[in-house]
Amino acid sequence: MQTRRYRLSTFILEIAAILLAIIFLSPFYLVLTNSVKGLKEILMDAASFPQVFKWSNYADVWKAIDFPQAFWNSLQITVLSVIFIVLFSAMAAYRIVRKPSRFNSFVFLLLISAMIIPFQSLMLQLVRVTSILELRGELYGIVACYLGFGMPLSVFLFHGFIKTVPFELEEAARVDGSNPYGVFFRIVFPLLMPIVVTVVILNTLWIWNDYLLPVLVIGGNKDLTTLPVAVTKFFGQYTKKWDLALPGLVMAITPILIFFLSLQRYIVEGVTAGSVKG
Amino acid sequence: MRKALRMQRGWGQQIIFLGPCLIFFLAIVVTPFILGFYYSSTDWNGLDLDKAVWTGAANWKRIFTNDDKFWASLSFTLRFTVVSVIAANILGLSLAFILMTALKTKKLLRTIFFMPNVIGGILLGYIWQFIFTKGFATIGEITGISFFQLPWLGTSGTGFWGLVIVFVWQTAGYMMVIYIAALAGIPKDLIEAAKIDGARAPQLFKSVYVPLIMPAITICLFLTTSNAFKMFDLNLSLTKGGPGTSTQSLAYNIYAEALINNRYGLGTAKALLFFFAVSVITITQVWLTKRKEVSA
Repeated sequence: MQTRRYRLSTFILEIAAILLAIIFLSPFYLVLTNSVKGLKEILMDAASFPQVFKWSNYADVWKAIDFPQAFWNSLQITVLSVIFIVLFSAMAAYRIVRKPSRFNSFVFLLLISAMIIPFQSLMLQLVRVTSILELRGELYGIVACYLGFGMPLSVFLFHGFIKTVPFELEEAARVDGSNPYGVFFRIVFPLLMPIVVTVVILNTLWIWNDYLLPVLVIGGNKDLTTLPVAVTKFFGQYTKKWDLALPGLVMAITPILIFFLSLQRYIVEGVTAGSVKG
Repeated sequence: MRKALRMQRGWGQQIIFLGPCLIFFLAIVVTPFILGFYYSSTDWNGLDLDKAVWTGAANWKRIFTNDDKFWASLSFTLRFTVVSVIAANILGLSLAFILMTALKTKKLLRTIFFMPNVIGGILLGYIWQFIFTKGFATIGEITGISFFQLPWLGTSGTGFWGLVIVFVWQTAGYMMVIYIAALAGIPKDLIEAAKIDGARAPQLFKSVYVPLIMPAITICLFLTTSNAFKMFDLNLSLTKGGPGTSTQSLAYNIYAEALINNRYGLGTAKALLFFFAVSVITITQVWLTKRKEVSA
């Protein structure tokens, strides 16, 4: 298809696709332009280009939601969770593939079956479990929750990949006298990089954007509020302070958009690979 | 002696490699799941479980005989799922076909269409709340097109379509990249051969493309069905289930029952039903499309 000539019909298709892309982007444009207007101007005319740029909106929001703190909280929770998910799920998958005992096969089956359970079917009991285990309102508590929920898909992805890693490589190392942990970390793990990228990306997007779990598990602890949760404070039931809400939205989506645009090749590939195998 | 040592080392490895994964999985996923069977038959209010009384089938009776809102939310969720799954897949597949042609801007277009997918549902819902209530109103005033002058999100009908629009906008690009990967895997000579044999576009689509990308269709239908059926974040931030409770999804109904009405026991019972519904729907759907894969 690459070799086909660029014809008039292709040109028309291109124009149509670009128009559609503009429609796709227009919500971002409206949010961006209105985020630097005063509330009156927003309410009177949401379509016009701002007369004056009211950058103070951003400064107000920065303080109101304590942006650096919320950003740091989201970052800490996401990075810590992802690191441990990758580590623990790779180790578990390795053991399951190399020692397919009856018990290990059962564990694998259990993990896969759990993928179908919707979060809402667990959340109420989870609130109870996290109180008993004293995980509520703590950084390690929310990370522990993400570890639990992240295991099934990640183990599944690693499992599929490790099956393709030839066993001979490990045997050679074992003959050389490496212990099993050395074999895993120095020989097997580096070979897993392609699937590590997929696991990291899928989990990062999920955890960074997650809303309900932080609300339930972090709850009242304001010092741990994540970015998506922090922004919700501008969306009260009756009053809408759009002049604060819109800059808040822009600030909340900017980090993840930068992440996406800078790594988009890996993200598109990772997300595709993750869904095709999952 | 040596055998015992090896056994011991085997146990050590088993615990070190599998242990961390199992501990978190058992504590966070399996325990709540099992507890759900017990809690769903109590009048637990979310606070003190000690006072929660076993009520037998009372919750179930209430759901099946005296909970119109739950069944309304099930019907809403089913309608929403059917409409948005069809729309998201048609748009996703069309975009994939368009981007498979020799467009000059196709890399940029792919990025743009995929972009909404990386942003969380909560934030997308808020963005669109602004677009529907303020943006559409202004555009309606300027252009006079009645579509934009509808009371967006103010009625159950516009709320429903509002959710569908945002869901499709968020998901279509994701489906697109999966379909592109599938289309790129089709051998070129196969298409050429069909063309030489005189296949026209509709025939080509129905008899060549669709059977060859059936695995991708299975995946995309599975992903969209399960995401649409479990929709929560969008619901919370875009319509809050309103006006009234007319656009409440099942997931939102469970959330409201527990966290707003403080009926955790009843909420757990609904959550258990929700789990069975999700399982039945997704397993049936995968089974149906998988059969097509084989026959192709």
